[in-house]
Amino acid sequence: MTVQADLFCADAVTRIEGPLVFAQRRVEVGLNEAVEVIGTDGRVRLGRVAAVDETYMTIETLESTSGLTLAGTRIRFVGEPVTFALGPGILGRVFDGVGRVLDGGPPVAAKMRVSIDGAIINPMRRAKPEDFIETGISAIDTLDSLVRGQKLPIFSGGGLPHNRLAVDIALHARLRSGESEPFAIVFAGIGVPYDQAEAFRKSLETGGALGHTALFLNLASDSSAQRLLTPRFALTAAEYLAYVEGRHVLVIITDMTNYCEALREVSASHGEIPSRKGYPGYMYSDLATLYERAGRILGRPGSVTQIPILTMPADDITHPIPDLTGYITEGQITLDRKLDRAGVYPPIGVLPSLSRLMKDGIGEGFTHPDHPALANQLYAAYARTMGVRLLAGVVGAEGLTPTDRLFLEFGKQFESRFVAQPEGSRTLEESMAVGWELLRGLPETELARLSDEQIKRYLRKPAADG
Amino acid sequence: MNEAAIRWISGPVLRAVTRDPFRIHEAVQVGPKGVLGEVIRLNGEEITVQLFEDGTGLKPGDPVHGQAAPLSVRLGPGLLGNIFDGLLRSLGGEGRDFLLPGRFVLPAGRFHLTPLVAPGRILKGGDPFAEARHHPDAHTFQLCLVPPDRAGEVVTMASRGEYADDETVLTLRDGQGRSVEVAMSHAWPVRTPRPVARRLPADPPLLTGQRILDCLFPVARGGKAMVPGGFGTGKTVLLETIAKWCDAEVIVYLGCGERGNEMAGVLDEFPRLEDPKTGRPLMERMVVIANTSNMPVAAREASVYTGITVAEYFRDQGLRVALMADSTSRWAEALREVSGRLGELPGEGGYPAYLSTRLAEFYERAARVTTLAGKNGSLTVMGAVSPPSSDFSEPVTIHTKRYVRNFWALDRKRAQARFYPAIDPIASYSEDADVLALWWSKQGAPAWTEQRRRFLTLLEEQIRLERMARILGKDALPPGQQLTLLCAELVNDGFLRQSAFSVKDRYASPRKQTRMMGLLTRFMDRAEAAVNAGIAVERIAALPVLRRLQRMGEDIAEEEYDRFDALEQMLEADFGALSGPSGEEKPS
Ligand SMILES: Nc1ncnc2c1ncn2[C@@H]1O[C@H](COP(=O)(O)OP(=O)(O)O)[C@@H](O)[C@H]1O
Ligand SMILES: [Mg+2]
Repeated sequence: MTVQADLFCADAVTRIEGPLVFAQRRVEVGLNEAVEVIGTDGRVRLGRVAAVDETYMTIETLESTSGLTLAGTRIRFVGEPVTFALGPGILGRVFDGVGRVLDGGPPVAAKMRVSIDGAIINPMRRAKPEDFIETGISAIDTLDSLVRGQKLPIFSGGGLPHNRLAVDIALHARLRSGESEPFAIVFAGIGVPYDQAEAFRKSLETGGALGHTALFLNLASDSSAQRLLTPRFALTAAEYLAYVEGRHVLVIITDMTNYCEALREVSASHGEIPSRKGYPGYMYSDLATLYERAGRILGRPGSVTQIPILTMPADDITHPIPDLTGYITEGQITLDRKLDRAGVYPPIGVLPSLSRLMKDGIGEGFTHPDHPALANQLYAAYARTMGVRLLAGVVGAEGLTPTDRLFLEFGKQFESRFVAQPEGSRTLEESMAVGWELLRGLPETELARLSDEQIKRYLRKPAADG
Repeated sequence: MNEAAIRWISGPVLRAVTRDPFRIHEAVQVGPKGVLGEVIRLNGEEITVQLFEDGTGLKPGDPVHGQAAPLSVRLGPGLLGNIFDGLLRSLGGEGRDFLLPGRFVLPAGRFHLTPLVAPGRILKGGDPFAEARHHPDAHTFQLCLVPPDRAGEVVTMASRGEYADDETVLTLRDGQGRSVEVAMSHAWPVRTPRPVARRLPADPPLLTGQRILDCLFPVARGGKAMVPGGFGTGKTVLLETIAKWCDAEVIVYLGCGERGNEMAGVLDEFPRLEDPKTGRPLMERMVVIANTSNMPVAAREASVYTGITVAEYFRDQGLRVALMADSTSRWAEALREVSGRLGELPGEGGYPAYLSTRLAEFYERAARVTTLAGKNGSLTVMGAVSPPSSDFSEPVTIHTKRYVRNFWALDRKRAQARFYPAIDPIASYSEDADVLALWWSKQGAPAWTEQRRRFLTLLEEQIRLERMARILGKDALPPGQQLTLLCAELVNDGFLRQSAFSVKDRYASPRKQTRMMGLLTRFMDRAEAAVNAGIAVERIAALPVLRRLQRMGEDIAEEEYDRFDALEQMLEADFGALSGPSGEEKPS
């Protein structure tokens, strides 16, 4: 008879290959259970049981195996999957990528321990996300609104100001009702350089938000296998804060590209057959187990809203990382390098951006009755502008019809006055007023997305009544 | 029952030793929690099982119990109006905020039964023997069918009253004199198509209420359509819109590897919408099957078969059924994952070589048929395809295209301009259109074929002319071509664009569609005549009627046909006024 968990097993390791440790199985152990692999150096490495048979088991260590030896390595069995001990005290604290306190403070007083994989939310018990969140950013609030419980990633590129944008959103985000409901921020840095993580912490501190933020940092120097756990620890914390403590939690994860690279690396070390560009075929499902952990649950007060950030390799939106992400998330905010170069902040590329949940959170009874039509017409007009620009590039502005020239001008204004907001954050009303004003520069006959009523009511009148 | 003991386990695959005669695809329950799985390989004394649920905590030695039957689902009156997981287990029940692996048995539903047969009657497989109702005096009922593989003479038939749906209410004596017990619901293996008496040729259209589909790319009842499109191009909204307004009697909506919030959205919205034909909540004609993207992948592979089996069951009651599968790509990916675990040789894109066969088998289950009981039923299948990088030359798109008759391609450019539905009128096609022309002409729209052809040619011409305009400038085009561009834009804006969220426009009846097509054709005729008579295109572009036509879909509701008449008068008047002062246009 083998014996039950929470015991050590020494001198059982027979082979170490990358993150995988093969060992004789002398105790009863189940699939996916957590273990600690302790080297002769005394370092404790978290791992989990990836395969078991009658005599052997395969352990996937989630931290570097560097320094491990066959003889002398001990394995401690936990007897349950990887868990995270949580309590209200996690706010204001900094953790490493696997949930260990990193700020030198005392350990967190635990109220409960939860498996980091999270349970599958029953789709039937999901509450529809429909509470409009004002971010203070015109392009988002007016055209691609964020609602509570949504997962809305930022598709960015190296060197673009995605982190600044994420902090701006985190610090400004509010409900329009002005109600102050308990909220929290969970920030997960995956494979980020130390200075970036520090900059994040600083700006949250300056913004006065650090007290209700939990930070999880997997630094660029940490093991890549650990990167796979970081968002899971962060999301487990977020779910606790939302569904147990009743807070509205905004989760910012940066950079998902590092996560996917780690996934590719670990998959290769398992000898799996790669799919597109070397990423594993299950990357879609794996990402879904993270992104789907956003939402609201019927009858529970809190919510989990996710803003994952990813940098598109070579600014290519068809690369598997943004592509698979876009197939899972409820839209995307895309940053545009051209706008950034032109000094536009935030440099949001409007056309490829989308918020799928917007329609449930705007309009009559939510924001303003004219909001959907305005967004629709701005989109149509800006899309048309892009076509005109193409034409102008060939035949020159002189070769354009007078109407087309108006669209060129509209596009210019749209980018410099609506998308760009050098003056800082705007209320939704301010954003919408700019939008209507820009549309006034176009002939009414070209505004097919607006009804006569809307033209009369919102376009012809000055923006006074909002 | 067959039993085995786990020898090895990793991820969702395990191997177990046994002496019992397991079969391929036999359903199994594993370990203390009874995690569901399916036998996928037999090798001597070893069976390989894939798990449909999370196997955390399973160990060598844990038992594997065979269910003595292939993966089957229970088909009966409890399906309509409800939501299930990919293995047709109800997602209802109190306090189940999170889904945990293992057995979950919802108690059988109770229904009011009205017998249709009496002892002595000979019943074949598929024959109806009773009606089942939620309430004794409900108007709507479902037929209870003899399972397709059973038959015999009625020995006992339960009397009118309330019964559990899995309780024996009918006993038959079959040809060999054996007694056969039949309940309101019966089990059927999902990977086996349910038999029919005869397959019928495509005939009337499945009306979707979407103009671009019904008029340009119509699908027949029992037809098959695919909706390929990159993320955010509108696959889900299109399928949901069709689910809401198409003229099927039963909708099976299969969320396969997609978002949980979308399923929640369906559950939130459909009960509040009314079926325009029956006035009943739309949810009552729906069965929702949800395997969201965070649910286990092996169950995703099975969910497609679960969905189509449920759909066939309603078809067998002589109903018009439509199945929407969103997205079949996730199913194909699940197939790829399972195949990879078995160590099979990967083909194109890593998919197994039998991908094409599986797709063919799936779409083949769509048809208009004569049921075993001699009624007409149909099952129309519409599948979303999510090509990686929006590349339509990838294996799932290519192979699906070989087996469907309707190709509704979504275009990113249109979607980005918020031009919905973003169906590309050039890349899309319908092989059913020729057959369906007859239906339209019987409906009093004899010009349908001609107008359809005219719209399609116009849209194709637009692409060519726009390319030229990009080189020469628009002004350099002769007036006739400028008019073509104007008309093409009008057809796009005034006919093809149709918001799924506009209360007046989300559904258009054939009558409204015909009226709109007619008005636009009339506009083109008069505009061409005007241009031929030397009137400048700018003057036509400035006609007030143009804006009215662009917006007629959303401005004019179903019942307001007098407003279409007024619009027609305005059109004639506008053109009349054009020729007025200069007096050049001849009256037509
Ligand atoms: N027919 C339509 N009418 C109005 N809006 C639409 C329509 N189709 C798509 N949309 C908009 O586009 C968004 C993305 O559509 P969706 O169907 O979710 O895309 P996909 O399933 O292809 O990823 C929706 O959230 C909605 O805002
Ligand atoms: Mg979709």
